[in-house]
Amino acid sequence: MSHFLDYAIPGVPYGCDFALMAVGLVLTFRATGVFNLAFGAQAFTGAFIFDLLVTAHHVNQWVAFMVAVLVVSPLLGLAFDRFLFRVIPTASTTAKVVTALGLLIAIPQAIPIIFRNTTSLQTTGFWLDPGHVYLNLAGSPVNGGQLSTTVVTLAVAAALVAMLRFTAFGLEMRAVVESRRLAQLEGINSKRTAAWAWVLSSVLAGLAGVLMLPLSGGNLVPSQPLQFTTLLVFGLTAAAVASVRSIPIALVAGIGLGILQNLITGYLPNSSILSAQNVKEALPFAVLAGVLLFNRELRTIEVSSDPLAACDPPPPLPAVAIRDPRLSVPMTWGFRLVVVGFLVSAATWVPDYWVTALASGLVLSVIFLSITLITGMGGWLSLCQASFAGLGAFTAGELAAHLNLPVLLGALVGALAAATTGAVIALVAARLSGLLLALFTLAFALFADGLLFNLSWLGGGNTVVVPRPQIGPVDFSRGDRNFLGLAFVVLVVCAILVKLIQRGTTGMVLAALRGSPTAAASLGISMLRQRVIIFTLSAGMAGLGGALYGSLLVRVSSLSYLYVYSLAFVVVVITTGSRSVEGAVNAGMSYAVLLLILQTYFPHYTGLEPILFAFGAMTYAAHPEGIVEYQKTRWLNRVARALQALDARRARTAGPDPAGPQPATVGGDISGA
Amino acid sequence: MTDPAAGPAAVPILDVAGLSASYGTFRALFDVSFRVPDGAVVALLGSNGAGKSTVARVVSGLVPSTAGTVHLAGTDITRMAANRIAGQGLSHVPEGRAIFSSLTVEENLTLAFRRAAGRKRIKDLLGRAYLAFPILAERRQQRAGTLSGGQQRILSLAKVLALPPRLLIVDELSLGLAPVIVDAVYDGLAAIRDAGSSILIVEQQIDRALGLADEAVLLAKGSVAWSGLSGEAAAAMDAILGGHGAVDPGPAPTEHEEN
Repeated sequence: MSHFLDYAIPGVPYGCDFALMAVGLVLTFRATGVFNLAFGAQAFTGAFIFDLLVTAHHVNQWVAFMVAVLVVSPLLGLAFDRFLFRVIPTASTTAKVVTALGLLIAIPQAIPIIFRNTTSLQTTGFWLDPGHVYLNLAGSPVNGGQLSTTVVTLAVAAALVAMLRFTAFGLEMRAVVESRRLAQLEGINSKRTAAWAWVLSSVLAGLAGVLMLPLSGGNLVPSQPLQFTTLLVFGLTAAAVASVRSIPIALVAGIGLGILQNLITGYLPNSSILSAQNVKEALPFAVLAGVLLFNRELRTIEVSSDPLAACDPPPPLPAVAIRDPRLSVPMTWGFRLVVVGFLVSAATWVPDYWVTALASGLVLSVIFLSITLITGMGGWLSLCQASFAGLGAFTAGELAAHLNLPVLLGALVGALAAATTGAVIALVAARLSGLLLALFTLAFALFADGLLFNLSWLGGGNTVVVPRPQIGPVDFSRGDRNFLGLAFVVLVVCAILVKLIQRGTTGMVLAALRGSPTAAASLGISMLRQRVIIFTLSAGMAGLGGALYGSLLVRVSSLSYLYVYSLAFVVVVITTGSRSVEGAVNAGMSYAVLLLILQTYFPHYTGLEPILFAFGAMTYAAHPEGIVEYQKTRWLNRVARALQALDARRARTAGPDPAGPQPATVGGDISGA
Repeated sequence: MTDPAAGPAAVPILDVAGLSASYGTFRALFDVSFRVPDGAVVALLGSNGAGKSTVARVVSGLVPSTAGTVHLAGTDITRMAANRIAGQGLSHVPEGRAIFSSLTVEENLTLAFRRAAGRKRIKDLLGRAYLAFPILAERRQQRAGTLSGGQQRILSLAKVLALPPRLLIVDELSLGLAPVIVDAVYDGLAAIRDAGSSILIVEQQIDRALGLADEAVLLAKGSVAWSGLSGEAAAAMDAILGGHGAVDPGPAPTEHEEN
């Protein structure tokens, strides 16, 4: 029993930190409808600013605290509200998650660059001295860091609960949560209330970040904000336990998780596969997955309760719908010309390092096509595509190393393994929809990073060699030009497959499901069946692409398939356009080319690329159909107008013609206005 | 009651001129103009999809207009945010559920009274609302979402009755209610009018609306088809729609009308 307390008590301060995150998540979601995954980034920012002021500028820690938590954090929250989420108040929860994901990736990379500071977060104390033991609780010493974290958390949480329960502001906030518009009809300024919710939750995030510092003992590294993601995942789990609804439950759940984590570290042996380290890594994800699956109350969080939702305009029409039929022939031939030009150039005059980039662009396009399947067609957000890709690569690599299997065959087996995993995920998460499904896949991605890819038969966390294939006399290990050809063939096959699925029955059924699950169900369409099909196909494609990517790089490790890439991939594809094959290929090529340009011309600014793509995600706020689709609509509208003008002039010279061509401009312009 | 033909000298409580609006690429209103004289009850009639609810939403600021102006007692409210329009004394009870279902009955009422009347009068106003509708007093601590449809309608009227606005817009207040409850609801409306509010009633059940209204405006496919005294409305509708209260099954210009 004394052991139990010895392990449990040091877990409480961690738990308090998780609880702050959880409470902030609940508050933002309830007041703004945004499931703010950027919360980890906000916590990081708070901690970074605090540390910067204290260690680099020797500012008094209370002043630094004020600046970091009470000035910078709220300003960041206000900026989020003002420039992003206020623009998309009516967007789906998924759309908001993508935007938040962009921020989660971008901010921790951007902040150290902005401040030109790469020192690790070394401040060890805030308020009470962590080196000093203030009191002994049931025999275990409690130091200043632990004490200050616990006391501050409990005080802040109590104040928050009191405010929401008993003040007029709390009442207004609860009203705005239910329906912004209905609240406005009561004379409440919904925008201002939402902005205040952002300020409050951002303060909590900053506070969680600063309070994390003394607990970590100076082990936080700015370039690896993984610790803050762990913090976020624990907060997320606690919020999920509370059904993203109850602040007191979120608080208790957070503290409970902290204790649980410490107990596991204490009791489990340090050897074997269930070593404390492994389990500790996988714990939050296991708990998160479990909570998502078994907390039934969570399933209703997305059901829109706004009775005035009908005031929103419908989504814009797809670009294809406004294409003038006369454009078909020149566009088709133009496209063919571009493809041939690309292949001829790649085979002949393009310099070698460009060939490598183009090849990786083609391979990435294959992985990105898997997102077109799952997000564009299925409408589901999967945040573990890079993990599927990793599964494919490691399977192919291990099979080649141990069984001497040809790598292309190994890639197919890897794709099969990934596909099976995808099917299992779809089956296990059968009852989850939208946001919950996205979080579940995120849990899987983190699980893969923390545990799966550390297993000895899947690379064991080390470098795995995925050899280049050899087909008959053609050896693909000699230069990348050959490999580019191979990648091109695979991409074309995958693209045709996606197109066929899109046009076939499955595509139609999925469109029906996106439109109205209820209506689709009444036609006898099984959501589960479609979901298993599309998850299997998508995971398989990602696995194939991942194996190919491994073969391109030859040496890969689990770092090549980190969950961060899953997030970045989704953001990139959705930003360019997840509905079409062109969108995925565009995303793949521009990702690879941009990476090359940045590495060649800006070698000092590592970490710039996720920033650029994350800011791309913000354009998603304005154009949820994707940049490519948006620009296409714009240009097609312009061309249609020009053609109309031409027709009109022709009609005028040829005399009145009542049966002249009908105006083709529909949609598009409204969103551009 | 103001005589509807009082002439142009009196400033109408609501003056809608040349109003157009659309949902995305979908145009719902075409050049709609009408007035609500001060103190009068005007019925806004029309078939399903004629644009009645859109008129109500544009006036209260929920949906932006693309052309035209809206004046509330002489003040231009065309581009105002919905919450500021509410502050000007306009109360819009939207179609369907018009209460906060996650808040209790008392919280719903408090929310409505606090902004408009200030903290000190809340108790007084709560008492008045409970006096008018004793059923609400019984359920004051109950979540409003657990009330029956009729009780929810009564709750939204209780807010207005205790604190009459300058102009009340009610949208399909009788939709889906039992006839007995519709009677109670219309009694409530009459009481609100007697307390000094002007009312714009949006209805499909024209008999009930015309029984209370002084004037009527008939919308068809997003435009004003007829307007005049309510006594003449029935005959006009016969002429225009081809049948008393006929529901036009043709293509609806707004698919966003219901739900």
